[in-house]
Amino acid sequence: MSLLQVEGLGKYYNQQTKVLKDINFEVESGEFISIIGPSGAGKSSLLRCINRMVDISEGHVVFDGEDVGSMKKSELRRLRTNIGMIFQHYNLVPRLTVIENVLHGRFGYKSTLQGVLGRFTEDEKEKAFELLGKLGIADHAYKRCDQLSGGQQQRVGICRALIQEPKLILCDEPIASLDPNSSKIIMDYLRKITNEMGITCLVNLHQVDVAKEYADRIIGLNKGEIVFDGPSNMLYEDRIESIYGIQKRELITV
Amino acid sequence: MNEKKMRQNKLQITIIFIVILLITYLSAAITNFNFLDSVLTIPEAIGWMVSNLMITSETLDRMPSIMDKLLETVFMSIAATTFAAVISLFLALLGSQTTKVNNFFSVLARFIASFSRNIPVVAWSLILLISFGQNSMTGFLALFVGTLGFLTRAFIESIDEANQSSVEALTATGATYFHIVNKAVIPQSLPQMLSWILFMVETNIRSATLVGILTGTGIGAMFDLYYKSMNYQVVALITITIVVTVILIELLSNQIRRVIL
Ligand SMILES: Nc1ncnc2c1ncn2[C@@H]1O[C@H](COP(=O)(O)OP(=O)(O)OP(=O)(O)O)[C@@H](O)[C@H]1O
Ligand SMILES: [Mg+2]
Repeated sequence: MSLLQVEGLGKYYNQQTKVLKDINFEVESGEFISIIGPSGAGKSSLLRCINRMVDISEGHVVFDGEDVGSMKKSELRRLRTNIGMIFQHYNLVPRLTVIENVLHGRFGYKSTLQGVLGRFTEDEKEKAFELLGKLGIADHAYKRCDQLSGGQQQRVGICRALIQEPKLILCDEPIASLDPNSSKIIMDYLRKITNEMGITCLVNLHQVDVAKEYADRIIGLNKGEIVFDGPSNMLYEDRIESIYGIQKRELITV
Repeated sequence: MNEKKMRQNKLQITIIFIVILLITYLSAAITNFNFLDSVLTIPEAIGWMVSNLMITSETLDRMPSIMDKLLETVFMSIAATTFAAVISLFLALLGSQTTKVNNFFSVLARFIASFSRNIPVVAWSLILLISFGQNSMTGFLALFVGTLGFLTRAFIESIDEANQSSVEALTATGATYFHIVNKAVIPQSLPQMLSWILFMVETNIRSATLVGILTGTGIGAMFDLYYKSMNYQVVALITITIVVTVILIELLSNQIRRVIL
């Protein structure tokens, strides 16, 4: 059975505009998928329906055999521990240290009291340092996050997601605020996560060339509908046009 | 195009200036405020101050009792501010868009805040005076209520400004509400909040004098007493000690601010 099934998913924030319409796709464990599409196509909304950061209006999202839409509060917590999320603006707590921010990823496994008291086991701390080492930022463990560069902060964000021991990681434009060099580092790490740890990645991107380079499979969204779903090497020029609209063609190649 | 815009701007500024002049003139005319006459009274007033507000060694004898009352006032302001700060924190967490529990409590918290903020502290003193009578509780409550509204609003802004993104991220990890508030929102906003609390302590020491005159407590009551018995030397001494205290507190809180921010 596949890790994630999206069946007839529809999303609207208000009655007038439907942001997502009848979205259907399946994700197998270990896939690295990129979602592309013009601004406002509904990429962020799609990711947020998967971990129910926004409510699902129509259809079903089934993760690991369980229906996400009908989950109650405690089930939802358990679901979210299994799904990591990475953001364009890193979304760390800037005044806290790197290691504290990484350990925040363990809250999903803690009771309210344990979490409030900040009780973390030795194993958890060791794991946090190990991850920081893997991402090459162990030296910064005790620095405040706001003293780090964008690329370094995003690596802290990745550590925070990984320490959750997730089955799936959702990345909402992880490199949109980074320079090309840092972008490459982050994308390489994300790819490594899938290759070496077998964690499935769903990555929203707005650079088609990056998507084609890293992803096995690309899903193209336009106005809330899937207009392409297939292997990256099948994404020919004409399909890119159908995703972005013809007038966008010059913009992409610049 | 640009030059035209600049000329337009100049014209606007001139018009605004003329309107302000007109309004000033009209208000003076309506209230019978005569600018020239008031300027002419200034030398006379200064003369009066110099002759009546002289501090003699005799008045200095009252220093211990003044200090006593002053301390009472300072502590009352600090107590009112810290009490209000604790309640404000809860109201702000409920009222903030980022940390609200539900819309009902959010609206309620904001309503309480704006209600208590939009009634001036003098009015609060007079209202509370009716129900509590002339005692230090009334003074305390008047400061407390005014501070509550102000701090709630300031805290809501501190929370919303600093935390939206990290709250989203922690919700996505499966953290509970209390995890998020305790381990992300409060650590992130605390310095900002402390800064507001210090500001409110300063403000309250200033208003405590006025509140004291109305409610018969602390340094304000003493001021009122000597003022009414026309002992202006002591009034002058009290005023000076208040000014010095306020300046000292301000310096101190600036120092604290520099450390925490
Ligand atoms: N919380 C919200 N409330 C109301 N409307 C929303 C909300 N979030 C998104 N929308 C609307 O839904 C549509 C899709 O937004 P979404 O953020 O999913 O697009 P996107 O593909 O991620 O765009 P971008 O590339 O700009 O990030 C937009 O028209 C947006 O205005
Ligand atoms: Mg988006």
